[in-house]
Amino acid sequence: MIKKSLKARKSELSKTQRQLDILSNSIFKKGVLPTFKEKLESHKISSFQPKTLKILQINIGYMCNQVCAHCHVDAGPDRKEMMPPDIMIKCIQTMNDAGVETVDLTGGAPEMHPHFRWFVEQIRKKTKVKEIIVRSNLTILLANKKYHDLPSFFVKHNLHIISSLPFYRKNKTDRQRGSGVFNTSIKALQKLNAAGYGKPESGLILDLVYNPSGAFLPGDQNALEQDYKKALSKDFGIVFNQLFALTNLPISRFLDYLIASENYEDYMTTIVEAFNPSAVANLMCTNTLSVSWEGYLFDCDFNQMLDLKVAVDQPHINQLDVKKLQNRNIQISQHCYGCTAGAGSSCQGSLT
Amino acid sequence: MFINLYSYKYNIMNKEYYNPNDLKKFGEITTWSKELGDRFFEYYNKVFDEGALSSREKSLIALAVAHVVQCPYCIDAYTKDGLQRGIENDEMMEAVHVGAAIKSGSVLVHGVQMMNRHDQLSM
Repeated sequence: MIKKSLKARKSELSKTQRQLDILSNSIFKKGVLPTFKEKLESHKISSFQPKTLKILQINIGYMCNQVCAHCHVDAGPDRKEMMPPDIMIKCIQTMNDAGVETVDLTGGAPEMHPHFRWFVEQIRKKTKVKEIIVRSNLTILLANKKYHDLPSFFVKHNLHIISSLPFYRKNKTDRQRGSGVFNTSIKALQKLNAAGYGKPESGLILDLVYNPSGAFLPGDQNALEQDYKKALSKDFGIVFNQLFALTNLPISRFLDYLIASENYEDYMTTIVEAFNPSAVANLMCTNTLSVSWEGYLFDCDFNQMLDLKVAVDQPHINQLDVKKLQNRNIQISQHCYGCTAGAGSSCQGSLT
Repeated sequence: MFINLYSYKYNIMNKEYYNPNDLKKFGEITTWSKELGDRFFEYYNKVFDEGALSSREKSLIALAVAHVVQCPYCIDAYTKDGLQRGIENDEMMEAVHVGAAIKSGSVLVHGVQMMNRHDQLSM
């Protein structure tokens, strides 16, 4: 089990350019597989532009109490990057200026940011945002006394909680997210249920995220949701709203795993062959803008981790021009195949 | 350590009977007999639809049969299919044991024929 981020280990793959080189060379350069751009063109999609901006996904920092084997953020306790308050204030201004409907707070573990609660309170107080999502890793709720009251904070501000639980049994979850994570996640889910989350009459939404614990694609989202609901209810009395089945994208630590386990080429072949053109129109990058802890803007959180900034002159929230952003071309590379494979994949699950 | 490029192209120098890349070319059997190939794949896909049995149950049956007929392509395909469906490794192994039990049982039940023949020929 890994204990440190790629960055702390000084891995070559902690450099975004190295990742982009891998994704652009080898099988793609040799013409064995088409690049994502070539694939879009073969389906008569020559330019790839966003629709109306609806979701502002804000990565408020890369610090996390877990070091998951598949993490595309390369998050962990050794990551110290945190969004400063002035960028948070600018984000709030942007929510109003752009008429953002949904704010999606992610990390790392967003709750570990010292200004997390203040930020949520400000969003509720100063904007008309309809929905605030927090991507909670669950174990943070029990990691330290100072986090124990988070469920009541979530309830107070009616936050939509989306949490990763790679499987409904211990072994697969712990292999991916660390020893003991499953049991702690179960306790955290029970706390959230006790606060009303996941119960149909409460209006408090608790969604779970499944992602494959290895070099394969997720199965049918509805079938997996039924299996999760049955097993978690029977074994632990846990209820939740929806399950989102996400594909692992070949970047950062998952890319490191693919290469080390000699699965890279087969996995890329799998996601290229599973390309589903009907998923393209609903890709999350078409209605989402991702903001980094420093305030830089990206088409999605994955592009953020590859440092592929939005294709405008000044890709920073301090110089944000909504009109110019609407006319940009979305930045793509071969990792995008992860979102168009099979039923499609986004931070809100399947796309088709 | 990084990346031995493989090719989709059939390698004529390959002296192995089984090549994992051939699984990806399964669909090409239609090129030499389109109608029969198309009908086979239509039937094949229909078999695995949800029916009286769930697709999950069918996947486990397929995995067990794959072992009994010792088809490496099928073992590859239905192990991956099982993982995608969230089938656990203990469930997969139990399915293989079902196949093994039937296979070994089918050998052993012929022992009765041996015994019958033995007794018929013996004084």
